[in-house]
Amino acid sequence: MTVVFEKPKALSEVPFHYCPGCTHGIIHRLVAEAIDDLNIQDKAIGVAPVGCSVFAYNYFACDMHEAAHGRAPAVATGIKRVLPDNIVFTYQGDGDLASIGAAEIVHAAARNENITVIFVNNAIYGMTGGQMAPTTLIGQVTTTSPYGRDPKLAGYPIKISEMLATLDGAYYVERVSVHDVKHIKQAKKAIKKAFENQVNNKGFSLIEVLSTCPTNWGMSPSESLDWVKDNMIPVYPLGVKKEGK
Amino acid sequence: MEKVLMKGNEAIAEAAIQAGCRYFFGYPITPQNEIPAYMAKKLPKIGGTFLQAESEVSAINMVYGAAGAGARVMTSSSSPGISLKQEGISYIAGAELPCVIVNIVRGGPGLGGIQPAQSDYFQAVKGGGHGDYHLIVYAPSTLQEMVSLTMGAFDVADLYRNPVMILGDGMLGQMMEPVEFIKPPARELPKKEWATTGCDGTRETNIINSLYIDPAELEKKVEELYKKYELIKEQEVSYEEYNCENADIIVTAYGTTSRIVKSVIEMAKEEGINVGLIRPITLWPFPYEPISKYADKDHVKVFLSVEMSKGQMIEDVKLGVNGKKDVYFYGRTGGMVPTPDDILAEIRNIMKGVQ
Repeated sequence: MTVVFEKPKALSEVPFHYCPGCTHGIIHRLVAEAIDDLNIQDKAIGVAPVGCSVFAYNYFACDMHEAAHGRAPAVATGIKRVLPDNIVFTYQGDGDLASIGAAEIVHAAARNENITVIFVNNAIYGMTGGQMAPTTLIGQVTTTSPYGRDPKLAGYPIKISEMLATLDGAYYVERVSVHDVKHIKQAKKAIKKAFENQVNNKGFSLIEVLSTCPTNWGMSPSESLDWVKDNMIPVYPLGVKKEGK
Repeated sequence: MEKVLMKGNEAIAEAAIQAGCRYFFGYPITPQNEIPAYMAKKLPKIGGTFLQAESEVSAINMVYGAAGAGARVMTSSSSPGISLKQEGISYIAGAELPCVIVNIVRGGPGLGGIQPAQSDYFQAVKGGGHGDYHLIVYAPSTLQEMVSLTMGAFDVADLYRNPVMILGDGMLGQMMEPVEFIKPPARELPKKEWATTGCDGTRETNIINSLYIDPAELEKKVEELYKKYELIKEQEVSYEEYNCENADIIVTAYGTTSRIVKSVIEMAKEEGINVGLIRPITLWPFPYEPISKYADKDHVKVFLSVEMSKGQMIEDVKLGVNGKKDVYFYGRTGGMVPTPDDILAEIRNIMKGVQ
């Protein structure tokens, strides 16, 4: 019998805790596939964030280091400076990376730190129960923007990829989405490239992945996928924002 | 080995390098800036890394990562900067990683000033960050001791998998004294098998973490930590006893203040007052035992805690004395350094009341 589909080696034999319809599972898989494809599992060291993906250290079958909220790029910097031949990646949500960890990600990019950052943007705080994120859309209802995000009160959504792309230090920044098969394939390509860049010592790579939160958005999984396509992509356009030569 | 005249902050940096520290992550703040400057100059030449982080918060988290990767790593700061580092220090203590943190204390609270103080005692020895944990805290009183304690701190950190703090002050950081770089006796250290160095399948993957969602598991983890702390209390208490044998009054003081008290002891002798000094070298674990011992002696009438703070160490002194004798306090704050005359006047007053 020919095996046509199996779990990536870089994922552990542990069931995910994620809510039904949440796309963290897909993104985890894409990261693990990239690690498998590049045959770097034995060199990989992941840094897990705070938030829904806090247990990422249980899911990736490589050495893992848990970080405080937002500090993953600093922790990854410490690891990478000690072990420059290892492949160090962070996996961070929008609350983690774009809010409390905004300084850490900007400066890791500015230093062209040779790490790979997977930035999962679902425009809301998931684990803490659906509060407003820096990436929450104008008018989007959350528990802390119950009348919809009002820019006069709460400011505008932060476009992390566009912002980081302005930095001379950042090597590769791309925004992808996982709302359908075509886009999942594109996301896989980008994530793999982000790891490949590190293998080739190119420097800082960040892949922003538009993701869903059916639970806190109050939608079905399929409605959530449509919401990414119809509402998030217009605000957060996909594509390569910066790529060094 | 030849003695060299060095500034305190530079002596700490050189001692760290000689102890095998090859990674330093920091952020500028007065009065400890000579430490990062020294590291920036020296580390790249010996295959090490100096990195100026974007903040104290980042610096301590870089330390967290580097320590997790198995390196000998250090950071340094001064009071307001150490406050920012407390988040990371709590995580490092929780994940049981070895590192050395230098606090060259200045006056506070808030932005305070830039002159020497000892007002971070509570923060250093009673927690500082969130949760139940302890740092091992050394309080050097001379530059030579800064060197030996910094060198030893890396071994102690590795031995117990615990962050170690060198608690100096602006006076010690900025003064110059001749120092010799003599390594303390090497300790037998366990291999860092827990480090995240990449896993090729020959072992279980390593996870460095301080999250325990199940309350029973977290309680178990904290109990384990406290077993380690008990061991540290048994093994690592360090202090100096000076002129205590026939003392009428025992002064407790550490760091810069203890140096001044030593001058006071000579001055008081001329007036017929016998002053003893108990100088904690480890502030945590605290030397309760010698204080308790002298609290039982008839010749000791009273205790006096002298600090450059508003009475922080005195709480530990009182625990040691345990109500057996009165414990007085003399302290200056704001960056004011007490003079020998100030302290002697206080001792005269106290002894008048006692006799």
